Amino acid sequence: MEEEILLDDILVSYRGNRGELVPILQEVQESLGYLPEKTMIDIARFINVPESHVYSVASFYAQFRLLPLGKKRVSVCRGTACHIRGAAQILGTIEKAIGLKEEETSDDLEYTLETVACIGCCALAPCIRINRDVYGEMTPDKADDILRDQDNGDQDA
Amino acid sequence: MISCVIKTMEIRMRKKHTMVLVCQGTGCMSGGSERIFSLLRNETGDSFPESDVRVKRTGCHGFCQQGPLIVIEPQGLLYTKVKTDDVAEIVKSLSPGKKPGDRLFYRDPTTDNPIPFYADIPFYSQQDRAILKYCGTIDPEEIDDYSAVGGYKALRKAIQELTPEGIISEVKNSGLRGLGGAGFPTGRKWEACRNALAEKKYVVCNADEGDPGAFQDRSVMEGSPHSVIEGMIIAGYAVGAEHGFVYVRAEYPLAVTRLKIAIDQARHHGFLGRHILDSDFSFDIEIFQGAGAFVCGESTALVRSIEGKRGKPKPLPRPRTSEIGLWNRPTLLNNVKSYAHIPLIIDHGAAWFAQRGTEKSKGTAIFSLTGKVVNCGLIEVPMGVTLRKIIYDIGGGIPDRKAFKAIQTGGPSGGCLPADMIDMPVDFDSLSQAGSIMGSGGMVVMDEDTCMVDVARYFLDFTQRESCGQCIPCRLGTVQMFKILDDITKGTGRPGDIDLLLELSESIMKGSICGLGKTAPNPVLTTLRYFRDEYEAHIHEKQCPAGVCGMNK
Repeated sequence: MEEEILLDDILVSYRGNRGELVPILQEVQESLGYLPEKTMIDIARFINVPESHVYSVASFYAQFRLLPLGKKRVSVCRGTACHIRGAAQILGTIEKAIGLKEEETSDDLEYTLETVACIGCCALAPCIRINRDVYGEMTPDKADDILRDQDNGDQDA
Repeated sequence: MISCVIKTMEIRMRKKHTMVLVCQGTGCMSGGSERIFSLLRNETGDSFPESDVRVKRTGCHGFCQQGPLIVIEPQGLLYTKVKTDDVAEIVKSLSPGKKPGDRLFYRDPTTDNPIPFYADIPFYSQQDRAILKYCGTIDPEEIDDYSAVGGYKALRKAIQELTPEGIISEVKNSGLRGLGGAGFPTGRKWEACRNALAEKKYVVCNADEGDPGAFQDRSVMEGSPHSVIEGMIIAGYAVGAEHGFVYVRAEYPLAVTRLKIAIDQARHHGFLGRHILDSDFSFDIEIFQGAGAFVCGESTALVRSIEGKRGKPKPLPRPRTSEIGLWNRPTLLNNVKSYAHIPLIIDHGAAWFAQRGTEKSKGTAIFSLTGKVVNCGLIEVPMGVTLRKIIYDIGGGIPDRKAFKAIQTGGPSGGCLPADMIDMPVDFDSLSQAGSIMGSGGMVVMDEDTCMVDVARYFLDFTQRESCGQCIPCRLGTVQMFKILDDITKGTGRPGDIDLLLELSESIMKGSICGLGKTAPNPVLTTLRYFRDEYEAHIHEKQCPAGVCGMNK
């Protein structure tokens, strides 16, 4: 229900052109964190294209997610500079620390672990991002500390 | 020597209006420079009248690895690795008669002597900054800052003094080539778009910097967004378009924010909108956020993406985007850095631009210098400088006394060049002769601890994920190449693998319709050309000479 109200609010500022599909999907995902199936069907009606078209676009681009995200979205950069400066070890450490594999979300929706093509912070490689904060010059120990701080931050709050 | 430095410092410090410039590029922000900026603002506000000391935010100053960076102007002092705890000391040093402590200065890696002025640091002094000149010195969120350094002067000149044909001939004469990768002559593209007959045309800026290991477009947008906007407006006037799009990666939220601010300010000042500068010319710009697909760097894929479709390149034979592009209208598509060059070329003239560079590659190039190199960051050099100058003079060489092994240029479409090519000039043609490409400007330095087979495997992993899937040789071939490389790095490579890789490479290059597939084998081909012995050691001796691959089977 909440999703329908939200979608209505978002669609108010669009005209229903086919070319608006990507911006609409981006705005929905910005609010909900992912693209629920029902919402994609409603968007298809709004811009008057087959549902399959919306799905094909949503599944084509790396930005779109079809499943809910965890509260903390941990993105490990696998850009070239990060790769040759040890991104694989950082990913391994984080996988162990939060008990998730690449592209998984914890059952309690606390964490999502993903790898991304490049954060664009290459001079500080290897780097990771948690939600919007970028952390550079990672080492396995530093990654462990940062994740521990994230957990402690929860308890403090 | 020291007394001389102190004397220069004193002379430079006599000037009024101290500016404290706090870098707010993505790198420095990850080190907490937003908090440093607000603390500095508050504390200097308490201690000094605004006429004496002003704290400003800037875009990327370039030396990201030493960040967060603070520059004190007009003296030109550079503080490195600044933390919030250092703010009090910096504020104190701004008082008349006080001298800055040398604790926060950059230190020469060999002598450990502090170097107070950034102009004396080789990382900066060996560069030649044109586009980046004001990136890191002006506030990207203030149009007045941009105007104060000559911003929008070129637009006035273009509209009030030049004809569209005159602008195009200036761009042609400058010799500017597309800085997105392929190096197509920009002026010729503009001319084709100008000559295409249509009621409506579009100007699009490709800011979908998808190459891993490259952040120069992002830095230009974050540090000097108005230069990109101004270049696009001039392009619109030259080709006869009224509407522009900046296609920027959604993964670059700060660039998106700063571009939005810049567009609003430009509208407010009458540089965008109806009747720009009281002329008959109208032009406006929208931002389109790319949703993350490397293949959208290809022009027809990018256009389809703006149209709300999957970003798949159009089948062959396809018309040029400059003739049939967005919604089937003529569309001028250039890279961020190409547009940022335009105001400079119009303002200073084609001859000024063409002074720098080589015969066939004019002007400067911006690179993201990263990897196993002492000084990582954003650099700008004239076309044609050698790799040695970039890696050793600017980059400071390889850390930890390791041996330089290779440099990767051009991202997943480029290649790895070996150490013995270090005196090669860096320009479009030399790079492509060597099997690599200029690309959009990523340069990743590799040392003796980097395994070249692993690097090839890494890039094929990237391309097989990013293939759009419509050409079968690309979709399936890259997966097969990746699997073979994966086996080799795991110690299960077989004797015929190298030949198989070469055969697959040829099929993928011949059988793909777009640049992604046509260049996907480059990382494998160049590593095979220059580092074949490493492949052979993995396959025949089950050994990784660099000690990277597990070889566990």
